[in-house]
Amino acid sequence: MTNLLEVSDVSVTFDGFRAINNLSFAIAEPELRAVIGPNGAGKTTFMDIVTGKTRPDSGRVLWGERQVDLLKLSESQIAKTGIGRKFQKPTVFEEQSVRENLAMALANRRGPFSVLFWKATAHDQARIEELAAEIGLADRVDHRAGDLSHGQKQWLEIGMLLAQEPRLLLVDEPAAGMTPAERAHTTDLLKGAARSRAVMVIEHDMEFIRRLDCRVTVLHEGAVLAEGSLEHVTRNQQVIDVYLGR
Amino acid sequence: MTMQLSEDPQAVAPAPRRTFLYENPSVLWFMACLGLFTLIVSVLSEGMGTGLISTSLVKILGMTLCLCLIAIAMDVVWGYCGILSLGHFAFFGIGGYAIGMWLMYARTEIVVRGNLAAGTIPPTEAEVAEAVAAQIFGVVGSSELPLIWTFAGSLPFQLAMVVLVPGLLALVFGWLAFRSRVTGVYLSILTQAMTLALSLYLFQNDTGLRGNNGLSGLQNIPGALDVPQSVLSVWFFWASAAALGAGYLFFAWVVSGKFGSVIRAIRDNKTRVRFLGYNVEGYKLFVFTLTAVISGIAGALYYPQAGIINPAEIAPIASIYLAVWVAIGGRGRLYGAVIGAVTVSLLSSWLTGGGAPNIDFGFYRIVWTDWWLVLLGLGFVLVTLFFPKGIGGLFDYLVRKKE
Repeated sequence: MTNLLEVSDVSVTFDGFRAINNLSFAIAEPELRAVIGPNGAGKTTFMDIVTGKTRPDSGRVLWGERQVDLLKLSESQIAKTGIGRKFQKPTVFEEQSVRENLAMALANRRGPFSVLFWKATAHDQARIEELAAEIGLADRVDHRAGDLSHGQKQWLEIGMLLAQEPRLLLVDEPAAGMTPAERAHTTDLLKGAARSRAVMVIEHDMEFIRRLDCRVTVLHEGAVLAEGSLEHVTRNQQVIDVYLGR
Repeated sequence: MTMQLSEDPQAVAPAPRRTFLYENPSVLWFMACLGLFTLIVSVLSEGMGTGLISTSLVKILGMTLCLCLIAIAMDVVWGYCGILSLGHFAFFGIGGYAIGMWLMYARTEIVVRGNLAAGTIPPTEAEVAEAVAAQIFGVVGSSELPLIWTFAGSLPFQLAMVVLVPGLLALVFGWLAFRSRVTGVYLSILTQAMTLALSLYLFQNDTGLRGNNGLSGLQNIPGALDVPQSVLSVWFFWASAAALGAGYLFFAWVVSGKFGSVIRAIRDNKTRVRFLGYNVEGYKLFVFTLTAVISGIAGALYYPQAGIINPAEIAPIASIYLAVWVAIGGRGRLYGAVIGAVTVSLLSSWLTGGGAPNIDFGFYRIVWTDWWLVLLGLGFVLVTLFFPKGIGGLFDYLVRKKE
């Protein structure tokens, strides 16, 4: 099992504040990984670096078998190489239907000319229906995304991620603002996705992490504090001091 | 998972394929209205029918159709893609200049040849060219044909320029601006600067486009000099209607599919679109250039009807008007742009052309030529505050009521 993503010795400073401090991290394929840590630990900044939104001051981010240097690619190029991202706040295109949202995310060619002449093939149609069923929105494909509930928007965004067919999914607080039943469904979605892919989940809710039942990385002050099973890290005295003890 | 699905005929059955027009009933309505309008104007025109509509009015209506064409282009770039370009009238003007060069050159050549033929020795080509240059550029104190007029005698060449020059300018300008991720109000200012710079440049006498005199006599079409203006005006009206119809269909097709979906998504949240793997800047450049080309075509049809083009036409205010039309008509719907352009530009011609009676209060006289801008500004503010969807938004109420 080789690593799909390898982040080594990455640092980034915002106005003198060290948001990420010599962080090293690796994830394999397939793998489900939870990332926890107190506010300001650098979890979201870490995702920004991997997806190309923020450029680190130093360090390396290597991707895939051919060890592609992600720091040289733009956001859209990184997305095209197979990294999908779900934001903390659900960001779906509210004015458009669930179907249109999913169709945009489908792993088809992204150039303006290809998109201009694009027509949904039977395969595309089937894929959209299949995804809609998976995220529990089968009967709402032609509704405006803006009319969905908060939880449904989160699912739609996960569905869009799956439609991109990425090898690595970065998911930022997927369960925020969800009812317990919705959380259970979200757990199933993520576990299902992690059967064939690398999935990294940032979450605060320990109960949710327990249900994910996976390896956990604890971040603190921009560096990895501990890594291992949930039981292992929750017994770590440092982790208790900076995060759990509060 | 897909394999499993494809074995199940129920699951793969695609949603019923609907035709483009079925999905977009507004396109059909628009085409019907445009066709009916064209028919009525033709039947009532001076050149072809009863004469109830004067030749000058036919020209104004034809020009209005050209303004509708650039308005829908503006709607696509702003209303759909979210780029508030305040420079699209520059492309319109360039299209006008490109066709104007041929119109002026070819007609002057005919006149010059006629004059020289009176002499005993037939003139050489060099003499003809010299005489044409002196005729056209005498007004700016020059008798040499500038380099950019080298192929002005060739209609196909100048027609190509109508499309190529606005397209290339938009491509280079857009590439520089979008690549540096200039957005929002900064981009609007930059486009204003572009159209202002172009206008100031053309005001110079030595730029080869006759400075502030501009190009004139464009209503005389070489090859159709015997055709009376009353008939020509109807021809141009038809050409404008056809261009508007084709442009409307084209843009409706562009914005209806996945492409429309992506550019609306860029308008609403471009960061998210980037993480979906779309090159946002590439799409913006594509839309900016495409709409610039259509604007050039609209201009090329407009100025032969106006008869004259000068640098004042592409002053920054013209492009701002364009944005006002689209805002008043309703952004993000093509017919909204048409409604806005028609309403505001016809109202403007009526009020500033002396058509509307001035109102005398005794102590104060409202002179519409002065008050028109106040009225327009007030209308713009009211629409923005109370009807953000513009006049076109009224159709939403009608549709909802029917449902």
